[in-house]
Amino acid sequence: MTLIKTKYNRRSFLKVSGAAGGGLLLGFSWLNGCMPAGESGIASIPNEWFEINGFIKIGDTGLVTIFSPNPEIGQNVKTSMPLIVAEELDVDWKNVVVEQAPLNTDIFQRQIAGGSQSIRHGWKALRMAGATGKRMLMEAAAQKLSVPVSELTVSQGVISHQASGKSLSYGEVASLAATMEVPEEVELKDNKDFKLIGTKVKNVDGQKIVTGQPLFGLDYQREGMLIAMIIHAPAFGMKIKSFDATEAKAMPGIKDVITVNTWPDEPQWSDLSAFRELIAVVGDTTWQVLKAKKAVKVEWEVDTALESTADHIERLKKAVESDQGNVARVDGDPDKAFAEADEIIESSFTAPFLAHNTMEPMNFFAHVTDTKAELVGPIQTPEYLEHSLASLLGMSHEQIDIKMTRMGGGFGRRLYGNFANEAAVISQLMKAPIKLIYTREDDMTQGAYRPAYRVKYRAALDADKNMTAFEVKAAGVDDPPLFANRYPAGTLAHYKATEVKVDSNITTAAWRAPRSNFIAGAEQAFLDEVAEKVGKDPIDFRLELFDKAMANPVGEKNDYDAERYAGVIKLVKERSNWGVETPGIKRGMAAYYCHNSYVAQVVDLAELDGEWRVKKVWCAVDCGIVVNREGAVNMMEGGIVDGLGHAMFSQMTFKDGKPDQSNFHNYQLIRQEQAPLEIETFFVENNIDPTGLGEPPLPPVIGALANALYQATGKRYYDQPFLVS
Amino acid sequence: MAQYTLKVNNQEFKVDVAEDTPILWVLRDHLQLVGTKFGCGMAMCGACTVLLGDTAVRSCSMPISSVEGQAITTIEGLSEKGDHPLQLAWQEVDVPQCGYCQAGQIMNAASLLRKIPNPTDEQIEASMNGNICRCGTYLRIKEAIKQAAQSA
Repeated sequence: MTLIKTKYNRRSFLKVSGAAGGGLLLGFSWLNGCMPAGESGIASIPNEWFEINGFIKIGDTGLVTIFSPNPEIGQNVKTSMPLIVAEELDVDWKNVVVEQAPLNTDIFQRQIAGGSQSIRHGWKALRMAGATGKRMLMEAAAQKLSVPVSELTVSQGVISHQASGKSLSYGEVASLAATMEVPEEVELKDNKDFKLIGTKVKNVDGQKIVTGQPLFGLDYQREGMLIAMIIHAPAFGMKIKSFDATEAKAMPGIKDVITVNTWPDEPQWSDLSAFRELIAVVGDTTWQVLKAKKAVKVEWEVDTALESTADHIERLKKAVESDQGNVARVDGDPDKAFAEADEIIESSFTAPFLAHNTMEPMNFFAHVTDTKAELVGPIQTPEYLEHSLASLLGMSHEQIDIKMTRMGGGFGRRLYGNFANEAAVISQLMKAPIKLIYTREDDMTQGAYRPAYRVKYRAALDADKNMTAFEVKAAGVDDPPLFANRYPAGTLAHYKATEVKVDSNITTAAWRAPRSNFIAGAEQAFLDEVAEKVGKDPIDFRLELFDKAMANPVGEKNDYDAERYAGVIKLVKERSNWGVETPGIKRGMAAYYCHNSYVAQVVDLAELDGEWRVKKVWCAVDCGIVVNREGAVNMMEGGIVDGLGHAMFSQMTFKDGKPDQSNFHNYQLIRQEQAPLEIETFFVENNIDPTGLGEPPLPPVIGALANALYQATGKRYYDQPFLVS
Repeated sequence: MAQYTLKVNNQEFKVDVAEDTPILWVLRDHLQLVGTKFGCGMAMCGACTVLLGDTAVRSCSMPISSVEGQAITTIEGLSEKGDHPLQLAWQEVDVPQCGYCQAGQIMNAASLLRKIPNPTDEQIEASMNGNICRCGTYLRIKEAIKQAAQSA
């Protein structure tokens, strides 16, 4: 048992009353959270709820509400975070109802969906919340039974006193527990005593999703609400010159056509927006607004440069080939090592801009009055949004109320809340509650893309085919994808890492596993090439490097644990029967460490109807303790499909600032007929505190795919998308 | 604007909208049936799939004037208690990640199973190919359809 000091003080616990009704205020039915239909023995609906702490409410019948603090974008934290609280609270999961917490920085820390960090950062706080609640309930029971708290035991929400044979349920002591002092320290469970953590727990919103209940931002409705849509410039580098909305304003249901500037006085990174002045069309219904949008006649003018994909390709090439760049790390004397090399292997890899393309287009509800701003919608960074709105609307933080809905995908796009800023400004100008909706085209053509990349690798070999030096030079429009201290840094005496930023007016942003989503695949494909040149099996080649890193690491700042890294490679090697040929199967492997989790994968290709199809992906992962085995496996599968799909098919290209792709007829996403036929995931079982899985499975699979395609076709795949010429 | 009578989930509704209004927006804005999702507006992603009779259609690209009098089924009306074999299998297999596309996936699968009660893997893939899942839950979708086919 671990004894842990609680970080809460009494005050923060008393400040929570306003958070109680999140789900109810949203107008969504909250009951049936974790309860499978028809399950027996479920506590009935309480007459009264008692606030135990910011995470937990307990009803007089023993039904428990657990607030999920972080935004849900499909990474399943709405299930896994409350599950951790429930574990320490010791309640029956079927008596737990989960509610999405609103933004509340007094109670919750880091209410962000990003960087695969929710579980890693939340782990201790969530356990503490559960354990604190349990302790207060036990103390209340001790008082009621007039026995020492040390003589009590808890199981599934029932507190028992063995000597007297008496017991009390959480529901019976909840009202007294709510008045108890918060203990200064609490005991956490031993990992071996976990009952929920590590099991397969299904999505708490599963039933609502499959029955079409309102859950998402786009589903949110309010009496008297108007619909707003935007018109932005058709090309990056253009702005509004003038517009004529006479015809549009005369159309049925249209309230107004206005110009909005949504750039805050003190912009933050999350306010990213390529088009700061927009036209907004506001009306009664979506279809009326959509039609009126087309009737607005706009004249655009050139503001800055109009860039094309051909320019970006040229500038990236120049960047990696020239002497320019910021040298981020040097070990030994790489220049000398290359000069003395017997052979130098050199390859360059590229990848295009990508749109996030969440299935739910950007949208937000806003009701801004003179005294307050109420916002409801899908946002990965509600706290940043509150700061932006305060600046934009000239309000204090107390006047701004933000509620998060379930998100129809995020992938990084909803870290940037420009659409919520826009909704707020439109509501303020219209003096009405509005819901802003982007069309797919508005969404796909307005920026915040995954940057376009190019990287050049060089490896020096001596006469005995030992790799003696390694060099990486990475360029990005406009964010270079380098991680100078990641593998193979630390495994080689002579190493150099350089990055170059190529500027552009096309806005770029974090996109699932930022930078890793490209550099992992490139690096792993290059290492495959080097392994082949030195005549070694790609897994043996990698493991030998990790042996060096374990025995005698070069440099101090190596950003990985070589033993855990090698561990996932060994696991996938064993489970996939690596080294055993199967007729008709061509395979490639890759491994990567990012966002604090380790992943190794083997991709098997098979020829079906004359085309290579991913038959199976074998995936080994070390994320420490597996919180929810069902959600974790689902996340690995999703990341793999996402990585494969984008590497094979997807790209955003530009001509004179105008995107060539605008919707799913010309932007290709992976579909059912191209998905792998099978994915099998294996976890390294250990007792290390858990890390996240939203991003780690995606980056390496691109390298494993490139390496398998090489085995299948005899051709190296350097430029994404691999299967689009 | 014109008056239309719609039969949705065995209920009759009267709406007063322009004749080119897609069913999707009638469902969402006028009938408050928001289970049917907006994804692309051009019948490329399948998020807006509903049943017209037994046939899966893309409601974003189907004007109200073309469906008057025909029975429409949305995700809300697929079963009375949320216990259609597909809805149960979807939960059992724990298909959804973000969940946004899943109503469209389920409605498309419902049409498939009405026509082919025991589809092969290839038939599932071919008929579900028009429905994008950006989270990549394709394997679980296929598995849930197979489970539902077996239990029905």
